[in-house]
Amino acid sequence: MSTETVEKEPASKIDLGPEVAGGEIPTFDITLKVRRYNPEVSDEAHWDEWQLTMYGTDRVLDALHKVKWEHDGSVSFRRSCAHGVCGSDAMRINGRNRLACKTLLKDLDTSKPILVEPIKGLPVEKDLIVDMEPFFQSYREIMPFLITKGHEPTKERLQSAEERDRYDDTTKCILCAACTSSCPVFWTDGQYFGPAAIVNAHRFIFDSRDDAGDMRLEILNDKEGVWRCRTTFNCSEACPRGIQVTKAISEVKQAILTRKV
Amino acid sequence: MATPTIDSPRSGRVSPGYSRTSSSRGNFEMIAWLFMRLSGAILVVLIFVHLYINLVAGDGITGIDFGFVAGKWADPFWQVWDLTLLWLSMLHGTNGIRVIINDYADKNSTRMWLKGVLYTATVVIVVLGTLVIFTFDPCPVIDGVAHVADYCPAP
Repeated sequence: MSTETVEKEPASKIDLGPEVAGGEIPTFDITLKVRRYNPEVSDEAHWDEWQLTMYGTDRVLDALHKVKWEHDGSVSFRRSCAHGVCGSDAMRINGRNRLACKTLLKDLDTSKPILVEPIKGLPVEKDLIVDMEPFFQSYREIMPFLITKGHEPTKERLQSAEERDRYDDTTKCILCAACTSSCPVFWTDGQYFGPAAIVNAHRFIFDSRDDAGDMRLEILNDKEGVWRCRTTFNCSEACPRGIQVTKAISEVKQAILTRKV
Repeated sequence: MATPTIDSPRSGRVSPGYSRTSSSRGNFEMIAWLFMRLSGAILVVLIFVHLYINLVAGDGITGIDFGFVAGKWADPFWQVWDLTLLWLSMLHGTNGIRVIINDYADKNSTRMWLKGVLYTATVVIVVLGTLVIFTFDPCPVIDGVAHVADYCPAP
């Protein structure tokens, strides 16, 4: 399986020691290389490079902002909240899928150029913007909403702390597509549901209040469903929320097996 | 000026490569997945006993000759053992390659061709191997001449 061997990033180069007084933030120079693509100009993608002076508290997103606001306004990327919650700015930074707003520049190797590419496996629209529609199409298919049977309770639907804990990990998903676009199976076969859809199905399958678990398991028992997972763990490594994605997929496999066998 | 209406803004947006065209609702992939795990565990036992008996026990590797194989296949226990080994390893391997073809072949036509070659090879080897195990004659008579080894009954 083509799991990418990614060199472990060296530890932080710039140490913000106690001698740094308030307001004093060390600066350093970086080279930012961004994969550019504009179908209105050329069918070929190319790399653009900028030398920037950045601060120890800056993130990759700040470097992209600096480029867009001060150097080249045509650089295109998505970002909404810029604080690791909305999941808009997943991109491939130094060969690894991460959120630009959660990746501090000082944690990367600043002696080498920092490479920023769009996430793989989805059609690139412009620069770092990809078409997320196939991703959301899979997400919609697993019915990511509460489905219940019987009478509606007069008050809230009760759930014990243990029952809530069962699917706690998969509630953290922010739909950034870092996992799905790091999956080598998804790269070659876009029909695969992908880790994100399975994680969000897991969130409802193991919810004690939900009654449509069987329907979701049946959907994921498809030939493009959970059985395409090769447990390469790329998704677990890529997840910016630290969700144990491969574990969640295995639990869904187990659930299908115990229901059928 | 009338406002243009867009019937279905999303239609045609997703490239066909991403749409799951044929929804297979069978259990084939699940059974294949389960088979890989079970057969894998059984194969570990089958293969290592096979290797030990053939290469280590008794005279070791120097003891392997036509007579050694003939002796093993005279025993129904080893016939069943080798038959199970043949079938499980061939199906395990074939399914593994099938999965690799699915993962790596881009075009449907390439997939079809590669799988065609794979399945043909599997069927030929499994059928041939099964025939050999069950029709094996340790003391063949070729052109009226009996090829008698010391373990054969006197003609």
